[in-house]
Amino acid sequence: MSDEYENKTGYQAQSSETISSGGRGGGSGTVPDADHVRPAEIPEQDLYHGHSFITKWVFCQDAKVIGVQYFLLATFTGIIGLILSWLMRLQLGFPEAAGFMTAEHYYQFVTMHGMIMVVYFLTALFLGGFGNYLIPLMVGSRDMVFPYLNMVSFWSFFVAVVVLLASFFVPGGPTGAGWTLYPPQAILEGTPGSGMGILLMCISLILFVAGFTMGGLNYMITVLQARTRGMTLMRMPLTVWGIFTATILAMLAFPALLVGGLMMTLDNVLGTSFFMPTILKAGEVLEYGGGSPILFQHLFWFFGHPEVYIVALPAFGIVSDLISVHARKNIFGYRMMVWAIVGIGGLSFFVWAHHMYVSGMNPWFGFFFATTTLIIAIPTAMKVYNWILTLWRGNIRLNVVMLWCLGFIVTFVNGGITGLFLGNVTVDVPLSDTYFVIAHFHMVMGIAPLMVIMGAVYHWFPLVAGRFLDEKLGKWHFWLTFLGAYSIYFPMHYLGFIGVPRRYFEMYDSPYVTSAVGMNEFISVAAFIVGAAQLILIYNIIRTLKIGKPAGHNPWQANSLEWLTPSVPPEHGNWGEKLPVVHRWPYDFSVPGAKEDFITQTTPPSEVTETEVEKT
Amino acid sequence: MHPGIIFFLVVLGSLLFHIFTPWYWTDIASNWVGMDDTITLTFWVGGGVFIAVCLFMVYCVVKFSYKKDRRAEYKPDDKKLEKILTVATTLGVAALLAPGLIIWNQFVTVPKNALEIDVMAWQWGWQYRLPGEDGKLGTTQIVNINDNNPFGINLDDPYGKDDVLIQSDLINLETNQPVKILLRSVDVLHNWYVPQFRAKMDAVPGIVTYYWFEPNKIGEYEVLCAEYCGVGHYAMRGGVEVQSTEDYNQWISEQETFNDYIAKQENIELENKKIAKNNNFLLNKETYKEE
Repeated sequence: MSDEYENKTGYQAQSSETISSGGRGGGSGTVPDADHVRPAEIPEQDLYHGHSFITKWVFCQDAKVIGVQYFLLATFTGIIGLILSWLMRLQLGFPEAAGFMTAEHYYQFVTMHGMIMVVYFLTALFLGGFGNYLIPLMVGSRDMVFPYLNMVSFWSFFVAVVVLLASFFVPGGPTGAGWTLYPPQAILEGTPGSGMGILLMCISLILFVAGFTMGGLNYMITVLQARTRGMTLMRMPLTVWGIFTATILAMLAFPALLVGGLMMTLDNVLGTSFFMPTILKAGEVLEYGGGSPILFQHLFWFFGHPEVYIVALPAFGIVSDLISVHARKNIFGYRMMVWAIVGIGGLSFFVWAHHMYVSGMNPWFGFFFATTTLIIAIPTAMKVYNWILTLWRGNIRLNVVMLWCLGFIVTFVNGGITGLFLGNVTVDVPLSDTYFVIAHFHMVMGIAPLMVIMGAVYHWFPLVAGRFLDEKLGKWHFWLTFLGAYSIYFPMHYLGFIGVPRRYFEMYDSPYVTSAVGMNEFISVAAFIVGAAQLILIYNIIRTLKIGKPAGHNPWQANSLEWLTPSVPPEHGNWGEKLPVVHRWPYDFSVPGAKEDFITQTTPPSEVTETEVEKT
Repeated sequence: MHPGIIFFLVVLGSLLFHIFTPWYWTDIASNWVGMDDTITLTFWVGGGVFIAVCLFMVYCVVKFSYKKDRRAEYKPDDKKLEKILTVATTLGVAALLAPGLIIWNQFVTVPKNALEIDVMAWQWGWQYRLPGEDGKLGTTQIVNINDNNPFGINLDDPYGKDDVLIQSDLINLETNQPVKILLRSVDVLHNWYVPQFRAKMDAVPGIVTYYWFEPNKIGEYEVLCAEYCGVGHYAMRGGVEVQSTEDYNQWISEQETFNDYIAKQENIELENKKIAKNNNFLLNKETYKEE
């Protein structure tokens, strides 16, 4: 077997040198030793090439198409979640205008909004959407390692969404148990949708987890096994590190949700008592006994807390890359960033009960979980420092992508700080179950990751569609969304200080909440504006697909592999004839002595001999 | 406008909002001032970090915005700086955690002289039970609950008979008397929460949970359910009146005990039987007439 490889692919074709990797003496080319990259260990994989419309675009096995499918379906459910939030805000801000809405409706909207946004929108979008599109391209692989499984993963997600949305049309409507689905109320009369609604919710979650496991195996094994030659783990872009670590978290956390949902379904359908103690309802003792409602909460939050990081870690990774590219500067402290991602991921399994300080679990747990929770703030803070230190002495392009990144830093730091309030067990006692909690988690795991998603859309759209999104429209979109969202959630914290409890359909005229009426109206108006502002993006995308400015190869002068494909947008198989060979990390920006202010990952050392590269 | 300026205004606006906000703590009426103090401390430390990080970001954005002929600095990492930042962050976090844990220790350590109050929750309401002359609450069981025994007290428990029953969602407390709230629920999760007392805890069916506080301001307060409990959650309110010792003693002496309640129920039953008998008699008579 020949270990001679030609490194002239696509974008690099201008290079005048012919380089092979036969550094061990057998090769024909004259290769500087510095350029040597270990030969491939396994032969290339054979790909299934779709021929018909259905195999190319519907039941497609190309990770890029699957990524776009995930993206579109997640966005569709996200829009439903957005509309539900509008209805909730209508009730909270202008109850007289929401006369059609009963308390049942309100709680159903609250529940579906929460579940859709966390699981079916954010998780599916980051891992299914960005994960599928970017992992193979960024690690230099032709596709995911199990393309067929990958396709099934998307279609399981599709069925999960169908089942979820079907619950709007069953008798009793969707479940109104709150997105945490706490039993016993989730399956007892008195909660809307306690029959079919909660059953379909559990089934949908089980389908989602099954589908996600198929996708998750793919992401993990592709990163571990299918990296191209020279792509060591410590040369991977932080985007891949973030998605990879989040996938491992998801693989360990989702089973807890799965069994929780399964056990609750058994309680609901077969009358078991996993979570059901003796219950007196309407003067009659039900046929349950001995179960523990708190057990469900442990299972739920053992999933639910890592879930926060399943959303956050990909966002951390992506924003690191966006900041680095557009500040024209290497990410500060790459090694620290990687270890922070891994460390946060590991720690995230030891903090779950900080959601349960006032749940009635043994109060002595508070000491342990407050300590672990505040420890997790340290690696998180390090990440923030490194983002702003990346901006320090950079050469910052203030384009739309960078604006979203800056918006992310502001909202994430804000939401992170309020996390220090809620994690510190004593402070949580007065604030838990109030609007402070709502403001906190929307800021930190709603708005902040959304900022990253938007930045990523503007950043990678030229790759996916080959055209730039319009900057002017993008700026309108950013400022309306950022300023609007900030003015929704920043003042909302103060409702929590007053003591306004969450999940209240109506406040009546409690002496200390009447002063909040004005603020509720303001927040609702801001929410309507932010929601409507998303139409700008949709218009921008449609317009760009028709008349957008063509992007060409590597329009942002980035270093990572996804921009170095022979054709833009990349085709099935990604790399044409030859896989790329990697010689350095993806953050060689503004290297002293280099001709350009970027050196792509595929540039061999012999081509940049004059430069002072510190890190490869 | 330069984006940096807008971000600066956002930070400034947040600060001004915090200083001038009309929306802040509802005045505290219990001993948990330490919770408020920890929050104030967290505001100082966290708010300081937020402002510092954002202002540094704004500075970078303004100072280092793109120029074609300039290159960014090339410096992959700075071990010393990273070490300093890690240590400083750790110290800051420890400074927040320490007072938090100290106050939590007080929260989980109930004073010996605390008056135990049984708070019973259901969809959707509250009722309360206080120990009688023996100073102890009788044990309870959900299956015992019926019209004659609304709290489900175990009838063979000698401590239960003198318990004071308050079948109302309003309860009175004595000022400066620590109370241990014992929470139980007969159906789903609930949470007995008075914002002015700061403390809260879920009521969980199947177990008894607790927390304590010492009310120290005479007045009337609203009780809210703070754990979602179904469609009536938002309407599950109650009330607390904190009274001076004399007023409280007066009030408690007027409440009925379980013994009183049993006697009353027996009377009513007797009455009912009489009435039923009478009715039957009349009914029979009427039927007879009709026939």
